[in-house]
Amino acid sequence: MATNFKTTLEKLQTDFEARSGYALNLVSGSTGKLYAQIVNGAPYDVFLAADQARPERLVEDGQANGASRFTYAHGGLALWGPARDDVTPDTLWETDVTRFALANPDLAPYGAASVQLLDRYERRDVFEPHLVYGESIGQTFAFLSTGNAELGFVAASQVLALPEPDRGGYWLVPRQLHDPIAQDAVLLKRGTGNRVAAAFLTYLRSDDARKIIRESGYWTEYGDWVE
Amino acid sequence: MSLPDLSALWLTARLALVTTLVLLAIGTPLAWWLAQTKSRFKPAIEALIALPLVLPPTVLGFYLLIAMSPNAPFGGFWLAATGDTLSFSFTGLVIGSVIYSFPFMIQPLQSAFEGPVQQAMRTAASLRASRVDAFFSVAVPMSVRGFVTATVLSFAHTLGEFGVVLMVGGNIPDRTRVASIEIYENVETLNYGDAHALSLILLVISFITLFCVFLFNKRFPAHVRL
Repeated sequence: MATNFKTTLEKLQTDFEARSGYALNLVSGSTGKLYAQIVNGAPYDVFLAADQARPERLVEDGQANGASRFTYAHGGLALWGPARDDVTPDTLWETDVTRFALANPDLAPYGAASVQLLDRYERRDVFEPHLVYGESIGQTFAFLSTGNAELGFVAASQVLALPEPDRGGYWLVPRQLHDPIAQDAVLLKRGTGNRVAAAFLTYLRSDDARKIIRESGYWTEYGDWVE
Repeated sequence: MSLPDLSALWLTARLALVTTLVLLAIGTPLAWWLAQTKSRFKPAIEALIALPLVLPPTVLGFYLLIAMSPNAPFGGFWLAATGDTLSFSFTGLVIGSVIYSFPFMIQPLQSAFEGPVQQAMRTAASLRASRVDAFFSVAVPMSVRGFVTATVLSFAHTLGEFGVVLMVGGNIPDRTRVASIEIYENVETLNYGDAHALSLILLVISFITLFCVFLFNKRFPAHVRL
Protein backbone atom coordinates (compact mmCIF):
# COMPACT_ATOMS: atom_id res chain seq x y z
CA MET A 1 0.00 0.00 0.00
CA ALA A 2 1.02 3.58 -0.42
CA THR A 3 2.97 4.87 2.60
CA ASN A 4 0.47 7.63 3.43
CA PHE A 5 -2.19 4.98 4.11
CA LYS A 6 -0.04 2.84 6.40
CA THR A 7 -1.37 3.78 9.85
CA THR A 8 -4.94 3.79 8.54
CA LEU A 9 -4.53 0.40 6.94
CA GLU A 10 -3.11 -1.00 10.15
CA LYS A 11 -6.32 0.07 11.91
CA LEU A 12 -8.36 -1.51 9.11
CA GLN A 13 -6.23 -4.64 9.33
CA THR A 14 -6.98 -5.10 13.04
CA ASP A 15 -10.69 -4.65 12.43
CA PHE A 16 -10.74 -6.88 9.34
CA GLU A 17 -8.75 -9.68 10.96
CA ALA A 18 -10.97 -9.64 14.04
CA ARG A 19 -14.08 -9.90 11.88
CA SER A 20 -12.94 -12.39 9.27
CA GLY A 21 -10.31 -14.49 10.99
CA TYR A 22 -8.08 -13.99 7.94
CA ALA A 23 -4.57 -12.58 8.30
CA LEU A 24 -3.11 -9.84 6.07
CA ASN A 25 0.50 -9.22 5.17
CA LEU A 26 1.15 -5.52 4.59
CA VAL A 27 3.91 -4.05 2.46
CA SER A 28 4.26 -0.29 2.30
CA GLY A 29 6.25 1.87 -0.10
CA SER A 30 5.86 4.71 -2.53
CA THR A 31 3.30 4.04 -5.23
CA GLY A 32 5.94 4.32 -7.96
CA LYS A 33 8.23 1.81 -6.31
CA LEU A 34 5.44 -0.66 -5.61
CA TYR A 35 4.27 -0.31 -9.22
CA ALA A 36 7.75 -1.20 -10.46
CA GLN A 37 7.87 -4.16 -8.09
CA ILE A 38 4.47 -5.44 -9.25
CA VAL A 39 5.43 -5.14 -12.92
CA ASN A 40 8.55 -7.13 -12.11
CA GLY A 41 6.65 -9.95 -10.45
CA ALA A 42 6.39 -9.01 -6.77
CA PRO A 43 4.19 -11.46 -4.82
CA TYR A 44 1.35 -9.05 -4.01
CA ASP A 45 -2.38 -9.74 -4.30
CA VAL A 46 -3.94 -6.33 -3.70
CA PHE A 47 -2.53 -2.87 -4.44
CA LEU A 48 -3.69 0.24 -2.58
CA ALA A 49 -2.10 3.10 -4.53
CA ALA A 50 -1.82 6.79 -3.72
CA ASP A 51 -3.11 7.71 -7.15
CA GLN A 52 -5.31 6.43 -9.97
CA ALA A 53 -2.70 6.35 -12.69
CA ARG A 54 -0.68 3.33 -11.53
CA PRO A 55 -3.65 1.00 -10.90
CA GLU A 56 -5.07 2.09 -14.25
CA ARG A 57 -1.81 1.30 -15.97
CA LEU A 58 -1.60 -2.11 -14.30
CA VAL A 59 -5.07 -2.89 -15.64
CA GLU A 60 -4.03 -1.78 -19.14
CA ASP A 61 -0.94 -3.98 -18.93
CA GLY A 62 -3.02 -6.97 -17.89
CA GLN A 63 -1.39 -7.06 -14.45
CA ALA A 64 -4.59 -6.27 -12.57
CA ASN A 65 -8.32 -6.88 -12.71
CA GLY A 66 -10.06 -3.81 -14.13
CA ALA A 67 -13.46 -4.64 -12.64
CA SER A 68 -11.98 -4.61 -9.15
CA ARG A 69 -10.58 -1.08 -9.37
CA PHE A 70 -12.26 1.51 -7.14
CA THR A 71 -11.41 4.65 -5.18
CA TYR A 72 -11.02 3.70 -1.53
CA ALA A 73 -10.05 7.16 -0.25
CA HIS A 74 -9.51 10.78 -1.20
CA GLY A 75 -6.45 12.22 0.45
CA GLY A 76 -6.63 15.33 2.58
CA LEU A 77 -3.79 17.82 2.74
CA ALA A 78 -2.57 19.61 5.87
CA LEU A 79 -0.33 22.63 6.26
CA TRP A 80 1.78 21.67 9.23
CA GLY A 81 4.16 23.57 11.54
CA PRO A 82 5.13 21.04 14.22
CA ALA A 83 6.86 23.66 16.39
CA ARG A 84 4.05 26.21 16.11
CA ASP A 85 1.00 26.70 18.28
CA ASP A 86 -1.22 27.74 15.47
CA VAL A 87 -1.22 27.33 11.72
CA THR A 88 -3.87 29.00 9.56
CA PRO A 89 -4.08 29.93 5.87
CA ASP A 90 -2.42 33.22 6.92
CA THR A 91 0.70 31.27 7.87
CA LEU A 92 1.35 31.05 4.11
CA TRP A 93 1.98 34.80 4.12
CA GLU A 94 4.80 34.64 6.64
CA THR A 95 8.11 35.62 5.14
CA ASP A 96 10.66 34.19 7.58
CA VAL A 97 10.21 30.50 6.78
CA THR A 98 13.69 28.99 6.33
CA ARG A 99 12.64 25.63 4.92
CA PHE A 100 9.29 24.74 3.45
CA ALA A 101 8.76 21.01 2.85
CA LEU A 102 6.49 19.29 0.39
CA ALA A 103 6.45 15.96 -1.37
CA ASN A 104 8.08 15.82 -4.80
CA PRO A 105 5.21 16.76 -7.15
CA ASP A 106 6.56 14.43 -9.84
CA LEU A 107 6.53 11.45 -7.50
CA ALA A 108 3.68 11.98 -5.08
CA PRO A 109 0.08 13.11 -5.70
CA TYR A 110 0.18 14.95 -2.37
CA GLY A 111 3.14 16.92 -3.70
CA ALA A 112 1.26 17.85 -6.86
CA ALA A 113 -1.70 19.06 -4.77
CA SER A 114 0.67 21.05 -2.53
CA VAL A 115 2.16 22.85 -5.53
CA GLN A 116 -1.34 23.53 -6.81
CA LEU A 117 -2.25 25.16 -3.51
CA LEU A 118 0.86 27.34 -3.47
CA ASP A 119 0.05 28.38 -7.03
CA ARG A 120 -3.53 29.12 -6.11
CA TYR A 121 -2.41 31.56 -3.42
CA GLU A 122 0.43 32.84 -5.63
CA ARG A 123 2.94 31.92 -2.95
CA ARG A 124 5.06 29.53 -4.97
CA ASP A 125 7.57 32.11 -6.18
CA VAL A 126 8.02 33.42 -2.64
CA PHE A 127 8.73 30.01 -1.18
CA GLU A 128 10.65 28.66 -4.17
CA PRO A 129 14.15 29.29 -2.71
CA HIS A 130 13.06 27.64 0.53
CA LEU A 131 11.36 24.54 -0.87
CA VAL A 132 12.68 21.08 -0.08
CA TYR A 133 11.18 17.97 -1.58
CA GLY A 134 10.59 14.66 0.17
CA GLU A 135 10.71 11.66 -2.14
CA SER A 136 7.43 10.58 -0.56
CA ILE A 137 4.90 12.15 1.75
CA GLY A 138 6.50 9.98 4.45
CA GLN A 139 9.89 11.61 4.03
CA THR A 140 8.29 15.05 3.91
CA PHE A 141 6.70 14.25 7.26
CA ALA A 142 10.12 13.21 8.61
CA PHE A 143 11.75 16.47 7.42
CA LEU A 144 9.16 18.38 9.42
CA SER A 145 8.99 16.21 12.53
CA THR A 146 12.80 16.29 12.92
CA GLY A 147 12.72 20.08 12.67
CA ASN A 148 14.77 20.21 9.46
CA ALA A 149 11.90 22.08 7.84
CA GLU A 150 9.60 24.28 9.86
CA LEU A 151 6.52 24.45 7.67
CA GLY A 152 5.14 22.25 4.94
CA PHE A 153 2.37 20.23 3.37
CA VAL A 154 1.80 16.67 4.54
CA ALA A 155 -1.15 14.29 4.47
CA ALA A 156 -3.87 15.17 6.94
CA SER A 157 -3.86 11.51 7.97
CA GLN A 158 -0.24 11.78 9.14
CA VAL A 159 -0.89 14.72 11.46
CA LEU A 160 -4.12 13.23 12.79
CA ALA A 161 -2.30 9.96 13.56
CA LEU A 162 -0.20 11.84 16.14
CA PRO A 163 -1.42 12.11 19.73
CA GLU A 164 -3.14 15.46 20.09
CA PRO A 165 -0.49 17.18 22.27
CA ASP A 166 2.24 16.32 19.72
CA ARG A 167 0.53 17.77 16.67
CA GLY A 168 1.75 21.35 16.90
CA GLY A 169 -0.04 23.75 14.58
CA TYR A 170 -1.88 22.47 11.52
CA TRP A 171 -4.49 23.61 9.06
CA LEU A 172 -6.61 20.99 7.32
CA VAL A 173 -6.85 22.27 3.77
CA PRO A 174 -10.43 22.39 2.45
CA ARG A 175 -10.60 19.79 -0.29
CA GLN A 176 -12.07 22.13 -2.89
CA LEU A 177 -8.78 24.05 -2.94
CA HIS A 178 -6.91 21.36 -4.83
CA ASP A 179 -7.66 18.59 -7.31
CA PRO A 180 -8.87 15.45 -5.59
CA ILE A 181 -6.16 13.07 -4.48
CA ALA A 182 -8.04 9.94 -5.47
CA GLN A 183 -6.40 6.76 -4.23
CA ASP A 184 -7.40 3.59 -6.04
CA ALA A 185 -7.31 -0.02 -4.97
CA VAL A 186 -7.04 -2.91 -7.40
CA LEU A 187 -6.92 -6.70 -7.32
CA LEU A 188 -3.68 -7.89 -8.88
CA LYS A 189 -3.34 -10.81 -11.27
CA ARG A 190 -1.67 -12.92 -8.59
CA GLY A 191 -4.62 -12.30 -6.25
CA THR A 192 -7.20 -13.73 -8.66
CA GLY A 193 -9.13 -16.41 -6.81
CA ASN A 194 -7.56 -15.45 -3.46
CA ARG A 195 -10.47 -15.49 -0.99
CA VAL A 196 -8.75 -13.25 1.53
CA ALA A 197 -7.99 -10.63 -1.12
CA ALA A 198 -11.61 -10.63 -2.30
CA ALA A 199 -12.92 -10.47 1.27
CA PHE A 200 -10.63 -7.56 2.09
CA LEU A 201 -11.65 -5.55 -0.98
CA THR A 202 -15.31 -6.10 -0.06
CA TYR A 203 -14.56 -5.03 3.51
CA LEU A 204 -12.74 -1.91 2.25
CA ARG A 205 -16.04 -0.73 0.68
CA SER A 206 -18.07 -1.40 3.84
CA ASP A 207 -19.47 1.38 6.01
CA ASP A 208 -17.38 0.28 8.97
CA ALA A 209 -14.17 0.50 6.95
CA ARG A 210 -15.16 3.84 5.46
CA LYS A 211 -15.81 5.25 8.91
CA ILE A 212 -12.28 4.30 9.99
CA ILE A 213 -10.89 5.81 6.78
CA ARG A 214 -12.78 9.09 7.33
CA GLU A 215 -11.68 9.34 10.94
CA SER A 216 -8.08 8.95 9.82
CA GLY A 217 -8.08 12.10 7.71
CA TYR A 218 -9.44 10.98 4.32
CA TRP A 219 -12.69 11.53 2.48
CA THR A 220 -14.54 8.53 1.14
CA GLU A 221 -17.09 10.35 -1.01
CA TYR A 222 -16.31 13.09 -3.43
CA GLY A 223 -19.81 13.73 -4.78
CA ASP A 224 -20.11 17.16 -3.23
CA TRP A 225 -16.77 18.32 -4.52
CA VAL A 226 -17.08 21.60 -6.42
CA GLU A 227 -14.60 23.68 -8.34
CA MET B 1 17.51 7.87 -26.27
CA SER B 2 17.95 11.61 -25.93
CA LEU B 3 20.57 13.25 -23.77
CA PRO B 4 19.19 13.78 -20.25
CA ASP B 5 19.57 16.93 -18.20
CA LEU B 6 23.25 16.93 -17.24
CA SER B 7 23.07 19.39 -14.34
CA ALA B 8 22.65 16.54 -11.85
CA LEU B 9 25.75 14.86 -13.24
CA TRP B 10 27.74 18.06 -12.98
CA LEU B 11 26.57 18.52 -9.38
CA THR B 12 27.66 14.96 -8.61
CA ALA B 13 31.11 15.65 -10.04
CA ARG B 14 31.45 18.83 -7.97
CA LEU B 15 30.33 17.02 -4.81
CA ALA B 16 32.82 14.21 -5.42
CA LEU B 17 35.63 16.67 -6.12
CA VAL B 18 35.06 18.87 -3.06
CA THR B 19 34.60 15.80 -0.85
CA THR B 20 37.85 14.29 -2.11
CA LEU B 21 39.80 17.51 -1.50
CA VAL B 22 38.43 17.83 2.03
CA LEU B 23 39.22 14.17 2.68
CA LEU B 24 42.79 14.61 1.42
CA ALA B 25 43.29 17.53 3.79
CA ILE B 26 41.83 15.77 6.84
CA GLY B 27 42.78 12.23 5.91
CA THR B 28 46.50 12.68 5.26
CA PRO B 29 47.50 13.80 8.79
CA LEU B 30 45.10 11.32 10.40
CA ALA B 31 46.37 8.39 8.31
CA TRP B 32 49.91 9.46 9.09
CA TRP B 33 49.20 9.51 12.80
CA LEU B 34 47.54 6.08 12.59
CA ALA B 35 50.51 4.64 10.69
CA GLN B 36 52.99 5.50 13.40
CA THR B 37 51.02 5.69 16.64
CA LYS B 38 51.30 3.15 19.43
CA SER B 39 48.29 4.60 21.20
CA ARG B 40 45.98 2.09 22.83
CA PHE B 41 43.05 3.97 21.29
CA LYS B 42 44.24 3.08 17.77
CA PRO B 43 41.96 0.04 17.29
CA ALA B 44 38.95 2.03 18.48
CA ILE B 45 39.71 4.88 16.07
CA GLU B 46 40.31 2.46 13.21
CA ALA B 47 36.99 0.78 13.95
CA LEU B 48 35.24 4.16 14.03
CA ILE B 49 36.71 5.11 10.65
CA ALA B 50 35.69 1.78 9.10
CA LEU B 51 32.08 2.09 10.30
CA PRO B 52 30.68 3.58 7.06
CA LEU B 53 31.81 0.40 5.28
CA VAL B 54 29.38 -1.72 7.23
CA LEU B 55 26.62 0.61 8.41
CA PRO B 56 23.61 1.11 6.17
CA PRO B 57 23.59 4.66 4.75
CA THR B 58 20.21 5.10 6.42
CA VAL B 59 21.88 5.05 9.86
CA LEU B 60 24.27 7.82 8.85
CA GLY B 61 21.49 9.69 7.05
CA PHE B 62 19.23 9.45 10.07
CA TYR B 63 21.87 10.75 12.50
CA LEU B 64 22.79 13.54 10.09
CA LEU B 65 19.15 14.54 9.72
CA ILE B 66 18.89 14.78 13.52
CA ALA B 67 22.23 16.59 13.94
CA MET B 68 21.66 19.08 11.11
CA SER B 69 18.20 20.03 12.29
CA PRO B 70 18.00 23.65 13.49
CA ASN B 71 16.61 22.14 16.73
CA ALA B 72 19.94 20.40 17.38
CA PRO B 73 22.94 22.36 18.79
CA PHE B 74 25.12 21.88 15.69
CA GLY B 75 22.36 22.56 13.16
CA GLY B 76 21.12 25.51 15.19
CA PHE B 77 24.59 27.01 15.40
CA TRP B 78 25.00 26.63 11.65
CA LEU B 79 21.68 28.33 10.92
CA ALA B 80 22.58 31.20 13.25
CA ALA B 81 26.06 31.57 11.74
CA THR B 82 25.20 31.27 8.04
CA GLY B 83 21.48 32.01 7.81
CA ASP B 84 20.90 28.74 6.03
CA THR B 85 20.07 25.25 7.24
CA LEU B 86 22.76 22.61 6.94
CA SER B 87 20.34 19.95 5.82
CA PHE B 88 19.23 20.39 2.21
CA SER B 89 22.42 22.32 1.38
CA PHE B 90 25.50 21.47 -0.69
CA THR B 91 27.66 21.93 2.41
CA GLY B 92 25.48 19.44 4.26
CA LEU B 93 26.00 16.92 1.47
CA VAL B 94 29.76 17.49 1.58
CA ILE B 95 29.78 16.76 5.33
CA GLY B 96 27.73 13.61 4.78
CA SER B 97 29.95 12.48 1.90
CA VAL B 98 33.16 13.11 3.83
CA ILE B 99 31.97 10.84 6.63
CA TYR B 100 30.59 8.30 4.17
CA SER B 101 33.82 8.05 2.14
CA PHE B 102 36.23 8.40 5.09
CA PRO B 103 37.51 4.80 5.12
CA PHE B 104 38.18 4.95 1.39
CA MET B 105 40.66 7.76 1.98
CA ILE B 106 42.18 6.65 5.28
CA GLN B 107 42.78 2.97 4.72
CA PRO B 108 44.88 3.11 1.52
CA LEU B 109 46.87 6.06 2.89
CA GLN B 110 47.50 4.37 6.21
CA SER B 111 48.83 1.20 4.63
CA ALA B 112 50.97 3.28 2.27
CA PHE B 113 52.48 5.13 5.24
CA GLU B 114 53.29 2.01 7.25
CA GLY B 115 56.46 -0.13 7.23
CA PRO B 116 59.07 0.95 4.69
CA VAL B 117 57.98 4.61 4.80
CA GLN B 118 58.43 4.76 8.58
CA GLN B 119 61.87 3.18 8.20
CA ALA B 120 62.82 5.71 5.56
CA MET B 121 61.60 8.48 7.86
CA ARG B 122 63.91 7.23 10.63
CA THR B 123 66.79 7.22 8.19
CA ALA B 124 65.95 10.75 7.13
CA ALA B 125 65.79 11.80 10.78
CA SER B 126 69.24 10.29 11.40
CA LEU B 127 70.44 12.48 8.53
CA ARG B 128 68.98 15.44 10.42
CA ALA B 129 66.14 16.17 8.01
CA SER B 130 63.26 17.96 9.72
CA ARG B 131 60.10 15.91 10.11
CA VAL B 132 58.08 18.13 7.74
CA ASP B 133 60.85 18.12 5.16
CA ALA B 134 61.18 14.34 5.43
CA PHE B 135 57.44 13.88 5.11
CA PHE B 136 57.23 15.81 1.85
CA SER B 137 60.49 14.68 0.30
CA VAL B 138 60.46 11.05 1.47
CA ALA B 139 57.08 9.83 2.66
CA VAL B 140 54.86 11.46 0.04
CA PRO B 141 56.87 10.41 -3.03
CA MET B 142 57.16 6.87 -1.66
CA SER B 143 53.40 6.67 -1.17
CA VAL B 144 52.25 7.82 -4.61
CA ARG B 145 50.30 4.65 -5.15
CA GLY B 146 48.51 5.04 -1.83
CA PHE B 147 47.58 8.63 -2.64
CA VAL B 148 46.25 7.73 -6.08
CA THR B 149 44.22 4.80 -4.77
CA ALA B 150 42.80 6.80 -1.85
CA THR B 151 41.92 9.81 -4.00
CA VAL B 152 40.29 7.86 -6.78
CA LEU B 153 38.37 5.52 -4.49
CA SER B 154 37.04 8.44 -2.44
CA PHE B 155 36.00 10.23 -5.61
CA ALA B 156 34.35 7.15 -7.13
CA HIS B 157 32.63 6.19 -3.89
CA THR B 158 31.12 9.67 -3.57
CA LEU B 159 29.88 9.45 -7.19
CA GLY B 160 27.94 6.38 -6.11
CA GLU B 161 26.44 7.91 -3.02
CA PHE B 162 22.70 7.61 -2.71
CA GLY B 163 21.20 6.75 0.66
CA VAL B 164 22.68 9.61 2.66
CA VAL B 165 21.83 12.20 0.01
CA LEU B 166 18.32 10.83 -0.28
CA MET B 167 17.80 11.31 3.44
CA VAL B 168 19.30 14.76 3.99
CA GLY B 169 19.29 16.27 0.49
CA GLY B 170 15.74 17.40 -0.15
CA ASN B 171 16.12 17.00 -3.93
CA ILE B 172 16.86 20.63 -4.82
CA PRO B 173 18.00 21.21 -8.43
CA ASP B 174 21.65 22.33 -8.71
CA ARG B 175 22.12 22.06 -4.95
CA THR B 176 21.31 18.56 -3.79
CA ARG B 177 19.78 16.72 -6.74
CA VAL B 178 22.74 14.52 -7.63
CA ALA B 179 22.78 11.96 -10.45
CA SER B 180 21.84 8.97 -8.27
CA ILE B 181 18.76 10.84 -7.00
CA GLU B 182 17.84 11.91 -10.52
CA ILE B 183 18.03 8.29 -11.68
CA TYR B 184 15.85 7.18 -8.77
CA GLU B 185 13.29 9.84 -9.62
CA ASN B 186 13.30 8.87 -13.29
CA VAL B 187 12.68 5.24 -12.38
CA GLU B 188 9.84 6.19 -10.06
CA THR B 189 8.15 8.31 -12.70
CA LEU B 190 8.52 5.58 -15.34
CA ASN B 191 10.95 7.78 -17.23
CA TYR B 192 13.14 4.81 -18.10
CA GLY B 193 14.82 6.51 -21.07
CA ASP B 194 16.56 9.16 -18.96
CA ALA B 195 17.22 6.62 -16.22
CA HIS B 196 19.04 4.43 -18.76
CA ALA B 197 21.06 7.30 -20.18
CA LEU B 198 22.21 8.64 -16.80
CA SER B 199 22.91 5.16 -15.44
CA LEU B 200 25.01 4.32 -18.45
CA ILE B 201 27.02 7.52 -18.13
CA LEU B 202 27.69 6.83 -14.42
CA LEU B 203 28.62 3.25 -15.19
CA VAL B 204 31.12 4.26 -17.87
CA ILE B 205 32.68 7.01 -15.72
CA SER B 206 32.98 4.68 -12.73
CA PHE B 207 34.51 1.91 -14.80
CA ILE B 208 37.07 4.19 -16.42
CA THR B 209 37.99 5.67 -13.05
CA LEU B 210 38.53 2.28 -11.44
CA PHE B 211 40.26 0.91 -14.53
CA CYS B 212 42.79 3.75 -14.33
CA VAL B 213 43.54 2.92 -10.68
CA PHE B 214 44.20 -0.72 -11.40
CA LEU B 215 46.28 0.16 -14.43
CA PHE B 216 48.29 2.61 -12.35
CA ASN B 217 48.70 0.15 -9.49
CA LYS B 218 50.07 -2.46 -11.85
CA ARG B 219 52.78 -0.10 -13.06
CA PHE B 220 53.77 1.21 -9.65
CA PRO B 221 54.93 -0.89 -6.70
CA ALA B 222 53.20 -0.42 -3.36
CA HIS B 223 56.11 1.66 -2.15
CA VAL B 224 58.20 3.62 -4.57
CA ARG B 225 61.91 3.24 -3.90
CA LEU B 226 63.72 6.52 -3.92
